[in-house]
Amino acid sequence: MKLTPKDYQGMADKAAPSTKSYITIPSAFVIGGAICMLGQAIQTLYITMGLERDIASSSTSVTLILLSALLTGLQVYDKIARYGGAGTLVPITGFANAMVSPALEFKSEGLVLGLGVKLFTIAGPVIVYGTAAGFVYGLIIFFFRLY
Amino acid sequence: MEIFLEYLKTFLVGGAICAVGQVLIDYTKLTPARILVIFVVAGVVLGGLGLYQPLIDFAGAGATVPLTGFGALIAKGTMAAVRTDGLIGAISGGICAAGAGIGAAIIFGLIVALIFKPGDKM
Repeated sequence: MKLTPKDYQGMADKAAPSTKSYITIPSAFVIGGAICMLGQAIQTLYITMGLERDIASSSTSVTLILLSALLTGLQVYDKIARYGGAGTLVPITGFANAMVSPALEFKSEGLVLGLGVKLFTIAGPVIVYGTAAGFVYGLIIFFFRLY
Repeated sequence: MEIFLEYLKTFLVGGAICAVGQVLIDYTKLTPARILVIFVVAGVVLGGLGLYQPLIDFAGAGATVPLTGFGALIAKGTMAAVRTDGLIGAISGGICAAGAGIGAAIIFGLIVALIFKPGDKM
């Protein structure tokens, strides 16, 4: 059987996972929005329990990170991520998943160079550039007396 | 009714921010790590310009749960620390504000990675 490059491309497209934007973008919207609503419910609960707004907000992040880490360990988060795409990546739960998932996978390479290093494959750059951006902002508001 | 509206706003804003991320995945060659970096830095910039707080006031967790909210928190912490500590606050403020999130991710990440077994990758 002879294949022209066009036939091959067609077969490759068929075999590749579907990345049709009219499916992926609404899925990301719905799943991302749902994770945020879960966050809102947790935050409301904490505020009802008497926590101050800022503390309730950071407690919510911590709770979502805990849930996401657990679900990653149980192999559930990555299954949701197959449908959620950016909807599971962009929320803080995606940040936690991006830490736990490689750490777990590379545990066999040792607790230091495997688990310890891989926790930061994605979190590292996020923390580095987030902190750097904050520093630049801090310098600007300090020297231009904008604070 | 008011509660329904509150959750609707959370859903719409949070969903829209995630949809932006999906557009970046579908139409650019950006990897997840790069997208997360872009979202955090964008959050710092928007927070620094005072544009993100109105979104938080409007949508609550819809704005704080996405990683842009994490960036905005870094900007907010930097502002507070520069006010109280001066120039050193520019260095410490962001990381202090992000501390709960980073600390939680490290601690829970470590515990989960120690306890659970790696699964088959699909």
